[in-house]
Amino acid sequence: MPQEGNQLGTDELVPHAEPHAGHLPPDRAIETQADLSAEINAMRDAYSRGLKDGAPGETQPRLDYPPYRSSILRHPTKSLHHADPETIELHSPAFGHQDVHALESDLTIQHNGEPQGERIIVAGRVLDGDGRPVAGQLVEIWQANAAGRYIHKRDQHPAPLDPNFTGVGRCITGPDGSYRFTTIKPGAYPWKNHLNAWRPAHIHFSMFGSEFTQRIVTQMYFPGDQLFPLDPIYQSIIDQDARDRLVATYDHDLTQPEWALGYTWDIILTGSKRTWTENEALGAAGDEE
Amino acid sequence: MNTTPKLVATPGQTIGPFYGYALPYEKDSELLAPGSPGSIRLQGTIYDGAGEPIPDAILEIWQPDAEGNIVSRTGSLVRDGYTFTGWGRSSSGYTGVYTFTTVNPGPTEPGAAPFISVVLFARGLTNRLFTRVYLPENEEALACDPLLGSLDPERRKTLIARRDPDGGLTWDIRLQGERETVFLDFQ
Repeated sequence: MPQEGNQLGTDELVPHAEPHAGHLPPDRAIETQADLSAEINAMRDAYSRGLKDGAPGETQPRLDYPPYRSSILRHPTKSLHHADPETIELHSPAFGHQDVHALESDLTIQHNGEPQGERIIVAGRVLDGDGRPVAGQLVEIWQANAAGRYIHKRDQHPAPLDPNFTGVGRCITGPDGSYRFTTIKPGAYPWKNHLNAWRPAHIHFSMFGSEFTQRIVTQMYFPGDQLFPLDPIYQSIIDQDARDRLVATYDHDLTQPEWALGYTWDIILTGSKRTWTENEALGAAGDEE
Repeated sequence: MNTTPKLVATPGQTIGPFYGYALPYEKDSELLAPGSPGSIRLQGTIYDGAGEPIPDAILEIWQPDAEGNIVSRTGSLVRDGYTFTGWGRSSSGYTGVYTFTTVNPGPTEPGAAPFISVVLFARGLTNRLFTRVYLPENEEALACDPLLGSLDPERRKTLIARRDPDGGLTWDIRLQGERETVFLDFQ
């Protein structure tokens, strides 16, 4: 809801004690990681068996994924209804440099001092299903600080806040679909899905694309995280290959000497299958000349 | 011509609860300044499967202007109060209510039923959900709409807003239950 000072005050609109605001009923807290892991593994094994029997692979998270407890009352029970996109849905909102300041892509210079933690560069390209760059589009990110804490009233994790880190960035993709952020590696943090639940370190990404049907919000993870098998949100993408698409690659060429480690992560946006027509093909070829 | 994308889409993930400093911004839900000529309020409540309002959801809308033109103007993040960009974002508040100030969308083709495109994000929702909200007027256009025509009458109702006495629109979203909103798959 838009309110005065919204940028910094929206969190106050959600009361601490709100039963549906992230604080699960106490009986849920007795569920252990072992209980949750058994559920996660059973669903994964059933999926593997299905694949062997010829069931189609899944490329997106399951909306109905009970190990992520908050999804139980928040997933549609009916199948998504197929729709052919209409005129408005084949376009997308326009963002430009009027909307985003160039410095918003550096999350380490938003305050008076240096944020605590491990400075990193995260860069990559936003592409469509045909591998064409998605240029001039808005990318928004948000994340916890190095200690695993968000600046948010409802994040009561007793880890330090960093006065020099808000954890919010934006940029507009370049002509080659590229984006680039300088930030701090976020920490893992606990949450209340079950007893001793911890989220792997991640950065939230929001992308628009060139048609409305490409709109996506997702999370980028870091390679080699020991928490992957335990996390119901990451595991809600039940296919291993699909899950792997959310893990960035350490990139030594992107790493800056005596400054920051580099991670590369490309994002593929596909919306409707009407992404490539004869006319568009000619138009795209024309653009390249 | 091969219409199948060659690359597989990146999977979605939940927005989680802690987007408060990142996604909401000043005037995010004001496609037009409230009270300006032709402006209406679009509002509604987002409910979970227990019928409880969801206070930590975000809704985005994307629509043509009142004449049915699709605009491609920048300035949705830094609103000047005059430029209609067709796009807005509203977080649900304490009571699960979202609110936009916008205009009635016009038909993008002659005779087409006007609608507003909607995408929903929330904690607990592992991937975004697309849907549409149609204006209640012009029964003839609604009857000819390909999407509405493909739905049974009870489900069809979930996509049509109610006209309020003040000229605004009210449209609720239900993630589950008897009147579960129709959500769309464009693949």
